[in-house]
Amino acid sequence: MIPELGHFALAMALAFCIAQTALPLWGAQRRDARLMAAAVPLANAAMLSVLVAFICLATSYAVNDTSVVNVVQNSHSAKPMIYKITGTWGNHEGSMVLWVLVLTLCGAAVAGFGRDLPSVLQARVLGVLGAIAVGFLLFVLFTSNPFDRVWPPAPDGQGLNPLLQDFGLAVHPPLLYLGYVGTAVTFAFAVAALIEGRVDAAWGAWVRPWALASWGFLTCGIALGSWWAYYELGWGGYWFWDPVENSSLLPWLASTALLHSAVVVEKRGALKVWTVFLALMAFALSMMGTFLVRSGVLNSVHTFAADPARGVFILIMLGAFVGGAFALFAWRAPAMAPQGVFAPVSREGALVLNNLLLSCITAVVLVGTLYPLFLDLIAGRMISVGPPFFNMATAPLALPLIAAMALGPLMPWKRADLWPVMQRLWWVALVALAGFIIALVLTGQRALPALGFAAGLWLIFGAAADIIDRVRRAENPWARARALPRAAWGAAIAHAGMGVTALGVAGMALSTETLVALNPGQSTSFAGYEWRLDGVRDSPGPNFTARRADVSVLVDGAVVFTMTPAKRTFPIARTTTTEAAIRTNGMRDLYLVLGEEREGGAVLRIHHNPLAPWIWLGALTMALGAATSLSDRRVRVAAPSRRAVAAPA
Amino acid sequence: MTRRRRRLTVLLLCALGLGTATALTLTAFQDNLVFFQSPSDIAANPPPPARAFRLGGLVEEGSVTRDSTPEGRPRIGFRVTDGQSTVAVQYSGVLPDLFREGQGVVTLGQMGPDGVFLAREVLARHDENYMPPEVAEALRRTGHWNPASGAAPPPGGRPTAGGRS
Repeated sequence: MIPELGHFALAMALAFCIAQTALPLWGAQRRDARLMAAAVPLANAAMLSVLVAFICLATSYAVNDTSVVNVVQNSHSAKPMIYKITGTWGNHEGSMVLWVLVLTLCGAAVAGFGRDLPSVLQARVLGVLGAIAVGFLLFVLFTSNPFDRVWPPAPDGQGLNPLLQDFGLAVHPPLLYLGYVGTAVTFAFAVAALIEGRVDAAWGAWVRPWALASWGFLTCGIALGSWWAYYELGWGGYWFWDPVENSSLLPWLASTALLHSAVVVEKRGALKVWTVFLALMAFALSMMGTFLVRSGVLNSVHTFAADPARGVFILIMLGAFVGGAFALFAWRAPAMAPQGVFAPVSREGALVLNNLLLSCITAVVLVGTLYPLFLDLIAGRMISVGPPFFNMATAPLALPLIAAMALGPLMPWKRADLWPVMQRLWWVALVALAGFIIALVLTGQRALPALGFAAGLWLIFGAAADIIDRVRRAENPWARARALPRAAWGAAIAHAGMGVTALGVAGMALSTETLVALNPGQSTSFAGYEWRLDGVRDSPGPNFTARRADVSVLVDGAVVFTMTPAKRTFPIARTTTTEAAIRTNGMRDLYLVLGEEREGGAVLRIHHNPLAPWIWLGALTMALGAATSLSDRRVRVAAPSRRAVAAPA
Repeated sequence: MTRRRRRLTVLLLCALGLGTATALTLTAFQDNLVFFQSPSDIAANPPPPARAFRLGGLVEEGSVTRDSTPEGRPRIGFRVTDGQSTVAVQYSGVLPDLFREGQGVVTLGQMGPDGVFLAREVLARHDENYMPPEVAEALRRTGHWNPASGAAPPPGGRPTAGGRS
């Protein structure tokens, strides 16, 4: 009964979304207030319907209803309850329901918070969001229905991929989807602006909170995915330039650019066409990511099923939305008059540089990700593009970007002189230079990591210099600091967060590793510690059996702590996972992996990862910056009507 | 500054950016494209030393040996075959959990001076029924794909590296 209810709710949602597309768009064209007003209740109804469907699916998982194909394929009664529920979106069908749920939630949010939007713009945005939801609902209902039944019911499910039975998975996809879907909202705003043929400062002010929120969630989602890969895959790395990782990084890069160019639209009325283009691009890249991951074109842990019909469907959707939007762009964009003349050296100029470099990085990553696919399709040659390519091709673009990141916020709008800005940053440059030299000496003249340290320090202290510069002339600097707009704080925090991540990345470039075969009682020394294998034993788990090594870590003959890396064997899924043991003190991670067992002993791989936790700490700081900026009264969705009056047109 | 000149500056900057990106991509491609080779490919066309590529095939039955490098790192030797040719591989690292004799494997590394492939990474899948698609393709080409051993390679599962050395 519950699955049928869920199926019915999805069908209802489709009906609501079709109405949400047709009525407001038509109403906006006819300037018919009644039709436009229908958008808000329809968006709410669609959201509630999808919510009901999602709860039905989660219930089927929670009670392990083995008459539902989706549950049979992806769950098992022996699984802990938390992973039964998170398993709801740990598979293709369920994750698409989550996608639609987040999309309709955003629609409801635009309906709820957007009361101050001009009614025509709100109607059009909701109409476009409805159209996207229609596409995805059709996709779910016709190619990936999660509520299909099987008769007779299977005795039990086949289990979830053990790699995915993890806390990281519970939060990673929802966060990433919030980010992806956020780009759908900015896309809807861009399309609405194109239909209207008008982009003004107020439009920039409305788009910015959505771009910020979407960017913040993307940042968290990517960081969490990277952290998960770090502790769950047991390879000791945090980013592998895997095509699936790249397909989440691409919308992030485009969103980052969008975030900054929307500021220029809001404050100065310039870069309008470019901002609209970026909004379209960010969504196109999100859709492309969905296509690459969901269609099975790429093989990865994210590829739940390779069904050509699904790939074709998403490709058609991609073509329809993105192609349609870009056609609209080509038709309407030339009509938008550019405004706001500025000199190349100015805040606007710095933001243009930011956009230019970010777009180049995006293009490089895109080419590196898609090239193997094309070569396989066209020439039938199988190649892969690995980390060295991406590191080599993106680093020369990232370094000037980082250099400009500290300079930009100190520049005034319209026209600036480089010299005074440099003067205010000289001590930051000194700190960065000192960091570079110290790192160079300490690491034995390894230039790239040292450059990374310098970049990190430059960003962190550059952000501090920005805040100091804003408050130092005030009589009471503390009061002035508290009165600073939250958006300024947000930008400084996010830039400093990037610096923290840069330090983490530079630290990880200095990570060392060793491989040893130890017998019980034997020890080896590494990274200033003595590592003694005490033994390897069996250790049962709820739905797996584990082989676990007990390793004592000693300093001067005294045991400081023990680490227990393990290998888990999941009989139901017939797979094994590696559970690395990680010991962190905030400044470095000790990372221990159990290899094969040899003649009573075991092979151990030990990593010493300096500053590893800072990578994710920095990403969280960036997201915190986005949140701070969002809490600014002037940025909040309801506020822009006041701002629009004040904004210089 | 006039609008015209501003436009020109922006256009020039864009061209510069795009040019740099293209140049970077092309140079990075030149050295870092990793080709997939089967043992037959290597026999027919020996790759230059110091050029990384991916070698894939089946782990030959009975070929796995375990010893240590002169520095005392545990080392594993095995032979990768596609039914026509075989290549000896040495690897010093943690093997993936489902590395088995007679099963498909993909390794990343380069040829050593003595014709032994020095692997930096060994990839297998978490799924016991898994056959890497490249390996399946290579076996099909040499006519050693055995349909009895299973249908076409099933999708899913991330390759698990046994680690880097």
